[in-house]
Formats: sequence, C-alpha cells, structure tokens
Amino acid sequence: MKITISPKAVAKDVLKDASMKKQKEMMAEHFDRLADAGHTGAKVASTFVPGNLNELIMCFDLVNNLPEVNAIQSGMRRQSGAYVMEAEKAGHSEDVCTYVKSDIGMMAKGNIGPNGRKLPSPDVLLLSYTGCFTFMKWFELLREQFKCETIFLQTPYMADGTVTPNMVAYMVKQLKEDVIPKLERVSGVKFDIDRLREYLKKSAQAEDDLVYILQSARNKPSPIDAYFGGIYYIGPIFGAFRGTDDAIDYYRFLRQEVDQRIAAGLGPVTPDGPMEKEKYRLVVEGPPNYTNFRQFWKMFYEEGAVVVASSYTKVGGTYDFGFRHDPSRPLETLAEYCLGVYTNRSLPMRIDMLAAYVEEYEADGLLINSIKSCNSFSAGQLLIMREVEKRTGKPAAFIETDLVDPRYFSAANVKNRLESYFQMVEQKRGGAAKGVAA
Amino acid sequence: MKTFVGIDLGSTTTKAVLLDEERKILGRGITNSRSNYDTACRVAGQEAAIDARFTLFRREFGDDGEAGRQVEEFLARLERAFRLEQFLEQLGDLQQTCMEQVTGARFARVADGVRQAIGEVFAQLRAEAPALFAPGATRKSDFFRDIAGSRYLTIAESVAREAALPYDLLLNVYDKSIIAVENRPPSDNLSDKFDAALKRVTAENANTDREMQAAVEKALAIELEETFLVGTGYGRVTLPFSKEHIRSEILCHGLGAHMMYPNTRTVLDIGGQDTKGIQVDAQGIVENFQMNDRCAAGCGRYLVYIADEMNMGLHELGPLAMKSAKPARINSTCTVFAGAELRDRLALGEKREDILAGLHRAIILRAISIISRAGGIDDEFTFTGGVAKNEAAVRELKKLVAENYGEVTINIDPDSIYTGALGGAEFARRAAEGRLEGLDP
Repeated sequence: MKITISPKAVAKDVLKDASMKKQKEMMAEHFDRLADAGHTGAKVASTFVPGNLNELIMCFDLVNNLPEVNAIQSGMRRQSGAYVMEAEKAGHSEDVCTYVKSDIGMMAKGNIGPNGRKLPSPDVLLLSYTGCFTFMKWFELLREQFKCETIFLQTPYMADGTVTPNMVAYMVKQLKEDVIPKLERVSGVKFDIDRLREYLKKSAQAEDDLVYILQSARNKPSPIDAYFGGIYYIGPIFGAFRGTDDAIDYYRFLRQEVDQRIAAGLGPVTPDGPMEKEKYRLVVEGPPNYTNFRQFWKMFYEEGAVVVASSYTKVGGTYDFGFRHDPSRPLETLAEYCLGVYTNRSLPMRIDMLAAYVEEYEADGLLINSIKSCNSFSAGQLLIMREVEKRTGKPAAFIETDLVDPRYFSAANVKNRLESYFQMVEQKRGGAAKGVAA
Repeated sequence: MKTFVGIDLGSTTTKAVLLDEERKILGRGITNSRSNYDTACRVAGQEAAIDARFTLFRREFGDDGEAGRQVEEFLARLERAFRLEQFLEQLGDLQQTCMEQVTGARFARVADGVRQAIGEVFAQLRAEAPALFAPGATRKSDFFRDIAGSRYLTIAESVAREAALPYDLLLNVYDKSIIAVENRPPSDNLSDKFDAALKRVTAENANTDREMQAAVEKALAIELEETFLVGTGYGRVTLPFSKEHIRSEILCHGLGAHMMYPNTRTVLDIGGQDTKGIQVDAQGIVENFQMNDRCAAGCGRYLVYIADEMNMGLHELGPLAMKSAKPARINSTCTVFAGAELRDRLALGEKREDILAGLHRAIILRAISIISRAGGIDDEFTFTGGVAKNEAAVRELKKLVAENYGEVTINIDPDSIYTGALGGAEFARRAAEGRLEGLDP
C-alpha cells in the first residue's frame, strides 16, 4: 500500500516566530552550560520536570539537568529510536517508559547532548515528585550508574483533591531536615533563604506572563497553539530558567508577541507559516509524540485545528488556578508547587480541569493522546474522556502514540482517526444547528 | 440521470456504490485493490455502473409474477453474456500484452515458438470461456486475475510441453503482463459490450422477446451522469481527489450502516487491516468511535494469513470452524504468532476445526474489546466488513454479544462489505445538493 505521508520527510524553510528563536537560543545556552560543567567545575543536579525545584537548586549554584528534556530533545532530533534499542539491548523491556530507555540508551552511547557535546554526570539526583512511580525507578538506575548522592523528597498524592496543612508541613520538614542539608553537602554552598526568596519573586513574575499567554487562547481565533506551540512556551519555565531574569525577559517578550497577534486578529504560527483559518478548537490531554512532532502538528493545522488548552502544559506546574511562587513563604511555596503539578492530581481533578477547559476556552471537544509506554497516566484516560464528554456534551476522541519511541507512531492510523474526529465534530455541529432550527 | 458515487478504497478490496436521486442503490461494484488504487477505483466504479444497468433494466421491466421470472431469466442470460464479453476483452488485452513481452535476447531463438505457444494458450482460453460463464457454472473468484491466471498456468504447462519450450518462459511472460493489464484503466466502451451481449443472447435464444430487447435498449440509452463522487478508506490519500471529495471512513461506515438499518446505534466493522467500533445517533451521525491501535492484530488479514497457513481458501475457513464443538482457547491475535500457534496445536493433535474456531473467537474477543472502549453495544447492533461474511466469526460474535450485553438485535447485511461506499455515496448525494460539505444531515 502506498501512503503519501512520509515519516522521514524533512520540512524545508520552517517558519519560526521571534519568540521561538529566542527560546531555542536559551535552550542552547543551557545545554552549553551543562556541557561546560566539566571545565567550569559547576556541579550538576539531575531532576524531573514535574516538581522541579529550580529556585532551590540555583541557591546551591547547581546546574539543572532534566533527563526527560534530554529524551525529548533526542526524540525531536530522531536519535531516540537508536537509544531506545540500545536500552533494550541492555535488558530493559519493550514496555518500559521510553523516556527512561532513551535516557539510558543515550548514556550508553556516550551521553552526547543535543548540542553534540558530552553531557556531564550528575553530582546529585533530586527526586522531588513521586506521582510518577517510574521516576523513582529511573533514579534508582541512575544512582546505580553514577553512585552519587540521591535525594528523595516525597510529595503526597492529591488523592482527595486538596492540599492540607499537614501535607505542606510534611514536605517542609523534609526540605529542612533532608533536602537542604544534602544539597549543602554536595555543593559546598551554604543555604541562604533570602537568595531563595529573590528567585521565587522572579518566578512569580514570569508565571504571571505565562498564564496570560496560555489564556490568550480564549480569543477567537486563538493567537497561540496551546499544545504544539505551548511546548516551546513551557520549555524555559519548566526547566532550568524558572527564577531567572532570562525567563522574565522571555515571557515578557512572548506576551508582547501574543498581544500583537491578538490585535491583528492572527492565529498561531505553524512551521508552514501563519495558520489560515481556525476551524476546530480542541482541548488536548496527554503529551505529544516527539519523534514525529512536526508531522503530528501538521495533521492538526492542515485541517484548521488549534489546541486552545492542554493538560500537558501544566505538568511542570499548574498556574492558571491561581498558584504563584510566594517569596514570603519560601519553603511552603515549594511544597505547594510540587503538590499542584498536573501529574500529581487525582483522576476526578483531571476530569474537572479538562471539562472546565472545554467550557472556558469554548472548545469543540477533547482529544486524548494516550501514550503507549506510560501506564500511570494512560490508566483511566477512557473514563476521563467519557466523563468530559458527558459533562460538556462535546465529542471526544482518542489517539495513541508514544513519547520518543518512533516504532509506535503510525502516521496513517493517527491521521485517519484525527480526520474522522474533525469530520465528526463538523457533522455534530451540523446536527446541532439543524436541531436548533427545528 | 444523476448518480452519486461512493468509493471505499480498502487495503484488500475497493468497493463502489452508485446512488440515484431518491437515495436508492443503483449498483455496487468491487475489485481487488491491487497496487494501483487509481485503477482499482475506476474498475470498482465501472463495475457499479454495470450493476446499475441491470437495476435500470429491472426498473424498465417492472417485476411481477410469471413475467417477472422470465425477465429475471433473461437478465441472468444477459449478465452472463456481458461478463463473457468483458472476459474476452480482457483476455484480448492480456494476449496482446503477452505478445509484446516476447522481445530481447532471452527470446532470440525461440520468439516465434513462444508467440505461437501464447497464441495457442489464448485460443484454448477463449474456447473454454463460454463454459466459465454458462448457467450454473461456479467460478473461483470474480476477479479477472484469479480466473484467467489459474487457467493460463494450467494450459501453458501442457502447451509448453508439447512445443518443447521452457514453461518458465511462458510463466514469465504472463507474470509481467498480468500486472500491466491489471493496472491499466478499464476500457470504457460498456455499451459496445452490452450490444454484443444482447446479440449473443438473441442468437442463442431465437425466441427472445422483442419487447424485452426493446426495454433493454431503452434502459441502455439512459445516460448515467456521475454528479458527485466521494472517496473513503485508507487509499483515499493517494487519489487525485480534492478535499471535498474525501470523507473519513468512520463517518461513511456510520452513515452506511444507518442507511441499511435506520435503528442502528452501534456499528462494528472488521476490515482487512482495521477494526472499528462506532456509535451513531438516530440520524446516523457518529457520536464516538474506537479503532485498533498501533497494530492490526485480529483484523481480516489475520484470516487471510491463517487460510494461507492452512492451505485453504478464505471462504472455506468459516464452514470448517463451524464444525467445531469444542473451540480451542487461543488468546493471541497477533497474526504472526497465529501461524506458530496453529502448527503447535496441530502437532499436539488438536482438530483443525477446533483450532480454527478458537482463532475466530480470538478475533471477535479483540473486536469486543474495541467496542467496549467505544462505549459498548446499544440496540440495534450492525456488523459490517468482509469478516461479517464469515459464519464462524458471526457465531462467536453473537455468543459474546449475548454474554456481555444480553438481548440485542444484530444486523448483518449480505452486502455489508459495501457499507463504507454506501455512506460515501450518500455524502456525495448530499454534497451535490449543496449541503455543508455533505456533512450536514
């Protein structure tokens, strides 16, 4: 059978807006900082995106290294397939999270980062979020490999949908008695709470702009794509830049860009240029596929589909319900941040959030991209889908891909389902219009 | 008259349905998808147009009582004669193509002999052709490739032996030619063939009613205008259709099932490479759907593979499995594993029918899982796709539906393979009426 979509197709002359270029420069700078760590003597902390304590890490002059981000970069650069296979050769089964396998495989093949330079070995592993059990196992493997200090900050799961004072106190106690002393020991830098306050203040400033940007998708047409574009937007704040002046500048700059687009009534910028006409507004649950990111995105914008809200852009912090890092309560605010990330939220909370997004952003429906190798977050997604459908009366659909394992991206299949979904939305609109007329 | 065409380009077969302005089915056509969707699409479309002619003949005659039976007999003769004409035409094309292959160093010394042998093979093929289309004759397949191919190989073998030529020369010529012939668009002169067929029928039966002849001629004069065409199925992206001529197969299957059975709420379609569970509302609008993901385990191809492994025809699987009183427990629906599972069990002495029944159950189990993810089964339930023709699969489906959902009306149309094409044709009809891209019911 001949399928015209070629997964290896390289897009020519990809269009980027200025903010995207700036973002890329920041990320490149960060990877250089990591690669330079060997010469500069800077110490490195590996940690994960959900619940990452960048402000705290900076207090100890540590450089933040995020294994998931490395896996994403490998996916985007089409390296992850070989890394995943390398990890399988080392004995990791086919069903294991492909972020983990990409990371393990990358290290086995010389730990070369996206800038083509060797990434440093971590001096400390800081696990600050426990909603994903795989993270713990992942760090267990890394600890075995690097024999370095491991810090395990336990974040209680938000099973009942609330953060209690006890939960915060429990975390603050861990920060004081375990996390901070260990970080001091590894780094040789004494903890200064005022320095932390300063960073937190900067975080909150950038967070305000981030929320403004993500919520700009309430406009019609939406000036941004809050999923495919959103992934670029969250890069700095979910990674090594939260709490820095760079992040403040970037989000201020991005906000201006978004404002210009709103004023001009423009839609998002896609790799093929500005989006023509907004035909479908979607809320998306689940991470994107990174091995065929551009091809995947194209399946949306070619059909005039814009993502107006996504849960994935909240995995490294949920700010749109009011949370901001609060310099007046430095340790408590770190605890609340970890507790509030999307992935620490219970199934009912996720349903509430997605249903609210469908309403608030006047979306046509919910699309779930279920990840083959992510058992913890795929569990219950069909229930989420049905419940959101029931509450909002809007049609939902389900597609399946993977994070960074190219073997699990079947373009023809995904495209088929997406097209069916878009046409279903259209058909239902027609049906609804007729019902009203009758 | 205006006609609306729906074409479903499946991975195994390509189907076409022609609708009239009253939403009535004029004709259906099917062909193997081959490696050329463009040709497959044209062949299926032409087959549907041929079928439509017969519908028009019937309409012209009306059908009542004794006269009706005579008309049916006459039309059956006409159809056989037409198919024969069509077969002979394709045979002619194949012969010419074969002759053209006889060039180059390979044939340098034997070219004349090979040409003569090919001529002889085709003379024999032509001579036995009328018997293939005689009343009551059964053909292994309705596709030219299958009918002509098996006979060519048999005849060529004896012709080669007698002429003391290497058989593989004739084989090679055929292999190259059949691909070319099959991928060539079909010839368009349907009316010539109908005229020839009519002549053949009148020559064979001197007492052919002049009125019948006149009615057929009248129906043949009706021009079938292809007013709007909608394509669906996996092959749709390869066709030179513009966007408004393409619909998702999910929507087409939903609408097609609704047209066949207006009370349908749940549709299961098991095709060559995917299984779809679809929920539709009272208007045939899709409410929800699920498809097999990442892998095509448990789809129609699984049965094709099993048939190959067991050296059986696809249509023989169901009847054999029906003989089983004690189906084997097989859980894997991986097509590749199925072969190993099969041999393993055969080696252990399990009965072929029991293993087959188990394999059918495995497919249906997977389909039931897809349906449950699409929201379960609501009354009425319509089963479509190539696998719906398999009685053993249907038996397992009925059992599992009863176990999981209780009493549910299960609809299976003998023409269910055309469901997607039918939905496509209705979308085409709506689009021609200028309704919102054909999507507005």
